[in-house]
Amino acid sequence: MTAILPADIDDADVPPSRGVKGRPMTNPPSRRVMAPWADAVFATLARAAAILTLALLVGIIGSLVVGAWPAIKAYGISFLWRTEWDPVQEQFGGLVMIYGTLMTSFIALLIAVPVSFGIAMFLTELSPSWLKRPLGIAVELLAAVPSIVYGMWGLLVFGPLLATYVQQPLQSITQGVPYIGALFSGPPVGIGILSAGIILAIMIIPFIASVMRDVFEVTPPLLKESAYGLGSTTWEVVWKVVLPYTKTGVVGGIMLGLGRALGETMAVTFVIGNMNQLNSLSVFEAANSITSALANEFAEAGEGLHQASLVYLGLILFFITFVVLAFSKVLLARLKKSEGARA
Amino acid sequence: MSAELQALRARRHAGRKRTNFIALALSLMAMAFGLVWLVWILVETVRLGIDGLTLATFTQMTPPPQEAGGLANAIMGSLMMVGLATAIGTPVGIMAGIYLAEYGQKGWLGSVTRFINDILLSAPSIVVGLFIYSMVVARMHSFSGWAGVLALALIVVPVVIRTTENMLSLVPNALREAAYALGTPKWRVILTITLKSARAGVITGILLAVARISGETAPLLFTALSNQFWSADLSSPMASLPVTIFKFAMSPYENWQKLAWAGVFLITAGVLVLNIIARTMFRQR
Repeated sequence: MTAILPADIDDADVPPSRGVKGRPMTNPPSRRVMAPWADAVFATLARAAAILTLALLVGIIGSLVVGAWPAIKAYGISFLWRTEWDPVQEQFGGLVMIYGTLMTSFIALLIAVPVSFGIAMFLTELSPSWLKRPLGIAVELLAAVPSIVYGMWGLLVFGPLLATYVQQPLQSITQGVPYIGALFSGPPVGIGILSAGIILAIMIIPFIASVMRDVFEVTPPLLKESAYGLGSTTWEVVWKVVLPYTKTGVVGGIMLGLGRALGETMAVTFVIGNMNQLNSLSVFEAANSITSALANEFAEAGEGLHQASLVYLGLILFFITFVVLAFSKVLLARLKKSEGARA
Repeated sequence: MSAELQALRARRHAGRKRTNFIALALSLMAMAFGLVWLVWILVETVRLGIDGLTLATFTQMTPPPQEAGGLANAIMGSLMMVGLATAIGTPVGIMAGIYLAEYGQKGWLGSVTRFINDILLSAPSIVVGLFIYSMVVARMHSFSGWAGVLALALIVVPVVIRTTENMLSLVPNALREAAYALGTPKWRVILTITLKSARAGVITGILLAVARISGETAPLLFTALSNQFWSADLSSPMASLPVTIFKFAMSPYENWQKLAWAGVFLITAGVLVLNIIARTMFRQR
C-alpha cells in the first residue's frame, strides 16, 4: 500500500510564506490513502525510546547491585570505612578511594567556584559586548576538550612544574608549622591529591562558569538598573542583587560541576598516583579515587570478591553522583519556575 | 558636625569604590586564569603532537616499546566504534527526544524521563562501562568491539535526547497547527514539519555527541579493551585512540609517549573542529 502521495511531500516542503502557488484546485483533493496505523506505530516507537532511557537507569543500578552483591554480602555497610585493599589476601574496603574522590572534588570546588564566579561576572557585567561571544565560546571549548587530554597534560607538563614551583616552596615555608605543615608533607613530585584536584578544577571551571553566566543573565534588567540608579557599584549590583536573585541556580551550577568532578576518570587517573593507602592527610601524597581504582584494576581483577568490591565502589560513586546531580537539577528547575512566575 | 559627616561619607564612598575596584580586578584575573589554561593546553598539545606526528602514525600499527610504529589500528578502531555508536544511539535519542517534546510534555513518563535523562547526561561514564561489562562482556566471556560500541552508544543517547527536545520545543506551535489543519497525521507533522525545521539544531546535537564520545576513554577500558594489531572484527577486543593514549602515556617508553602526544593532538583537533562546525551550523539558522 502506498502510504505517501508525492504531492503531499511538496506541500510540506513549501515554506508557509510561499503558499501553494501554481496548484489548480478545481477538484477537491482526492481522499488520501493514509496508513491509519502509522500514527500509532510512531507514537509507540517514541514512547518505547523514552521508556528505554528509564530502563537504562534501572538497568545500570540493577547490574551494579547484582555485580556488587558478593562484596555487599561480605562487608555490608562497613565497606565504607574499611581501609584495607589487598587483592592478594582478598581483603577489601573502600575508604581510601572514597576519601580520594571526595577530597579531590573538594579541592576542585575550592578553586573552581570563585574563579567561575569571576568569569561569569566578567562575562555578564564587565565584558564589552564584542568580546562576550568569543570569550563565551572559548570557555565552552575548554569544556569540550576530552578529559584524557587534561590528564596527559597534567601528568607530563603540569605535574613537574607544580612540583618545582609550588609544592617545594610550599613545603619549605610550612615545614614545622603544626597541622598546616602536615597537610603539605610528603613527596613533592607533582602527583597526588593536590594535582588531581587542580586538574579537576580546570576541567569543571567551564561547566560552572557557563551555568553561572546563564543564570546571571536571567536577572531582570529592571532590578539591576534600579540598583545602578541608586548609585550602586558594579560589585554591589552583582553581590547584592544578582547573586541573591539567582542563588538557587548558582548552587545548581556548582552541584553540576561537583557531579562532573566526582565521576571524572581519566584526568584523575593520570595524576593521582594510584596508591591504595592513607598514611597521612597530606595533599601531596599519592592516593586513589573510585574512578581511578576502577580504571586501573577492573580489567585485570579476577572474578569474585575483588571484582565485586570494585563494582561496589562503582555503585557508591553512582549513588553519590546521582544525589548530587538530582539536587542540582531540582535547584535549577526551581530558579526557572520562579523566573516564569515573575515574567 | 556637617564637615565630619561629609568626611565620613567621602570615606565610605572611597571604600565602596575600592571594594568595587578590587572585585572587578579579581574578576578580570579569573577570566584570564580560565583562558590561560585553554591556551596552555592547546599550545602544548599542538607543539608536542605535531612533533610526534609522521606519516607512519597513520599507516603503521601500534608498536611494542622502543620500536617504530604508528596508530593506524587505534585510529581505525576509534572511527569504527564512534561511527557505529552514533548510528545506534542517534535514532533512539531522536525518538525519545520527539516523545518528550511532542507527546509527553505533561505526563509522568515525560517528566520522569526528562529528569533521568539530565542525570544520565552527567553520570560518570566509567559506570556505563561497568554496566556494559556486566551485560555484554561477562555474558560473552570476552572483551569485544561491540561492547565498546554499545557503551559509547549509551553516552550518545542522553546528549541527543536533550538537544532534540530543546530544538523541537523551539519550533513555533503555529507551524504544527497549520499542518494539522491541513489534515496531516501527527507522525508526518513531526517528521516533515517540526523535525525538519529543527534540523540544524538536531544535527548540532549529534555532532556534539560524536565529539563527546570520540574522547571518551573510561567506558572503553573494560569493554573494547585494546588490541595491538589490526582488527576489524567487532567481536574481538579492539584498539581505540583514547585507550591507546592512556596506555602509552602512562608508560616510561619515550616512543610510546611521543605517539600518545600525536594521538592526543588528533583527538583534540577532531573534537574542537566538530564543536566549531556544530556551533557555526547552529548559528546560521
